[in-house]
Amino acid sequence: MGMWQFRIFPAISMLLLGALPVLAQHEYTESEIEAGKAQYAINCVRCHGPDGDNITNADIGHGKSRRATTDAEFVALIREGISGTRMVAFPNINEQNAQTIVAYLRSMASTANAAASLPPGDVARGKTIFEGKGGCRTCHRVGDQGSRTGPDLSQIGAQRRVVELHRSILEPDAEIIPANRFLRIVTKDGSALTGKLLNQDSFTVQILDVKDEKLKSFSKSNLREYTFVSNSPMPSYKDKLSTQELSDLISYLASLKGQAN
Amino acid sequence: MRRINLRHMLFVVLTATGSLYAQVSNDRILRAAQEPQNWLTHHGNYNSQRYSTLSQIAPDNVKNLELQWLFQARSLEKFEATPLVVDGIIYTVQAPNDIVALDAATGRLFWTYSHTPDPAARPCCGRVNRGLAILGDTLFMATIDARLIAVDAKSGRPLWDVAVAKPESGYAMTLAPLVVKDKVIVGTAGGEYGIRGFLAAYDAKTGKEVWRFYTIPGPGEPGHETWPSQNNAWEHGGASVWVTGSYDPDLNLTYWGIGNPGPDWNGDERNGDNLYSCSVVALDADTGKLKWYYQFSPHDEFDYDSTQVPVLADMQWKGSPRKVMLWANRNGFFYVLDRATGQFLLGKPFVEVNWASGFDEKGRPQRVPGMVPTAQGTSILPGNQGGTNWYNPSYSPKTGLFYIPTWANYSSLYVKQPEDYVEGRPFRGGTPRPTTPNGIRSTVNNYAKEDEGYGAIRAIDPHTGEMKWQFKMTDVTDAGVLTTASNLLFSGGREGYFYALDARDGKLLWKFPVGGRVVAGPMTFSTAGRQYVSIAAGNSLFTFALKQ
Repeated sequence: MGMWQFRIFPAISMLLLGALPVLAQHEYTESEIEAGKAQYAINCVRCHGPDGDNITNADIGHGKSRRATTDAEFVALIREGISGTRMVAFPNINEQNAQTIVAYLRSMASTANAAASLPPGDVARGKTIFEGKGGCRTCHRVGDQGSRTGPDLSQIGAQRRVVELHRSILEPDAEIIPANRFLRIVTKDGSALTGKLLNQDSFTVQILDVKDEKLKSFSKSNLREYTFVSNSPMPSYKDKLSTQELSDLISYLASLKGQAN
Repeated sequence: MRRINLRHMLFVVLTATGSLYAQVSNDRILRAAQEPQNWLTHHGNYNSQRYSTLSQIAPDNVKNLELQWLFQARSLEKFEATPLVVDGIIYTVQAPNDIVALDAATGRLFWTYSHTPDPAARPCCGRVNRGLAILGDTLFMATIDARLIAVDAKSGRPLWDVAVAKPESGYAMTLAPLVVKDKVIVGTAGGEYGIRGFLAAYDAKTGKEVWRFYTIPGPGEPGHETWPSQNNAWEHGGASVWVTGSYDPDLNLTYWGIGNPGPDWNGDERNGDNLYSCSVVALDADTGKLKWYYQFSPHDEFDYDSTQVPVLADMQWKGSPRKVMLWANRNGFFYVLDRATGQFLLGKPFVEVNWASGFDEKGRPQRVPGMVPTAQGTSILPGNQGGTNWYNPSYSPKTGLFYIPTWANYSSLYVKQPEDYVEGRPFRGGTPRPTTPNGIRSTVNNYAKEDEGYGAIRAIDPHTGEMKWQFKMTDVTDAGVLTTASNLLFSGGREGYFYALDARDGKLLWKFPVGGRVVAGPMTFSTAGRQYVSIAAGNSLFTFALKQ
């Protein structure tokens, strides 16, 4: 999804906005919302931001669009784009996947900002915690610093909502997206290693070895065992950071939008 | 003088023989199994078993297969065609509608015939084509703008070109035609556009329509009562045809699988069984008259097209020889029917199924209450792409097993919505949605989880419907299956491999990374005493043979 630009007709826009909250066509399931979240991350977040509010006058995270109100209109808009704007057509997103994106957008407004009760955070203090007390760079990378074994956080502020960052820090097991799964491998000669799953097919598996950060590919026929590590290797920071430190850390993470920090 | 006469006579005989062999006569097509060096019909021969008696490539040497050539199509569309091979020439279709003639041993191009489809063409699911038919020296291609075109097989020159239906109304053709006697039979796709489907036979010489069979009976015809009397749902009820059928010369019956009724996911305005959607029909090949039908999914609301390949086999059935039809349906059940009468002999799930619990004695599925699309969505197994789909299965008379390209443990959430028919516009009545976070159709394999479904080749004993073995894949598959008399099974999948299994136990014997998805059926042929195996993958046609 590209950028949705709104330069004219603000009055019409406001009229339409008033009618929006009642326009979801039906209740969406958790799995649809999850699927939409993945689609949103791939196609939409770069322009619209993690909370869907990056574009002026198009706060799609709250269902606000001058061009679309119903679910079907949102689906059409995703697939057909808006000519003359940076919102290009996405014909490669099939109708089914476009529907899940709408499901996710509809869910955004209803998931309350759990982090809203936190005190205001300070980005600079958060960076200090990230690089020091938090020990985050042991696993995570920002710019050219830190480990590659955990998710790269260089653009995490452009990819994740504050509410999601908050939950991931306190409950790392609550959501492990499939692309961040770790695999434990034992080869037929008995050597064991753990790696981040990068790809697999019926015959092979490709990982990033957590120990030496090397890219390794195995033929499954040469493995005695390959199993997913069920829990996140990340510890919970629930009792390790004060409320203020937590807020500072989240502020820092939310500020990471692709620049090398 | 006498010597000259003999020479002259020999020349005449040789010329006549050469001429005969250049022409693909009806007799040759009927006896296609006796010339396994060729692949004369879309499915290899009329019984559609996709089984070859060639056996130079065998389990003990298949590891020595190597790529001989590949033909890169000038097309980014899915390459779904199975080629024909006639006496060392391979004919296939570069999507959407270019016929190419290649040297079967080297892949070098003889000629290309290009058809530019009408911009009004709107095939639902890709600008694809699955292959050709041949009779005499003429190739036949059905096009995405619903035309049937005859082309000279030697020169690529078009001979005739007829409109079968109106593309602007949503009609398209993606299947390979079937030649029976002097006729070319095709069917129309467009089940997502509210067409009224039909099969039609055309005179191979002139392109003149000889008969037409509507897959939705009109007023006064038997079966019309399975559509509502108070509306005209039958006029735009779908029932498309987009996979090539089979033919039994002894019975003079041609068999075709019929697609879903429309709108796909909302049957509120089309109460009734909606014949002949989701059925197999057996038609008199000369007249197009219906001899019998069997409906796999009455009043379908799950997009369970019965556009699978009717596989014909002669086997002992409960102690007596019987002419049967083997059918793994998109609805998740494996069926055995008597192909002379349509009698239901066996129905058994080959994947997880939750919409039906079994069959009554006539073979009508017993529905599970509540398992219908709703506004909120209902999770149905198998999901919208089915337990299998159009990609061809194979039956090996050697092993006695039926091999199914399978989507296992796969479901969809069926959401129905009201939809009015507008000519030429999609007419679907809802949307199937994934029931798992990333959906079965994820293209990133580090997202794929087995509990979201997986692809497999499943080997079924047709006498019992029991699975004998399966070969599991990480991703799902849209690839057909080929078996050979040497007990080899060839197939592929979305992961970009082409592979050979032992047809007896499913053991992997050989694989080759073709890189692109395999969305076609493999075939085999031989020329100059050497056996080849061909498969389309990605945007190319790959051809293999044993190392020399």
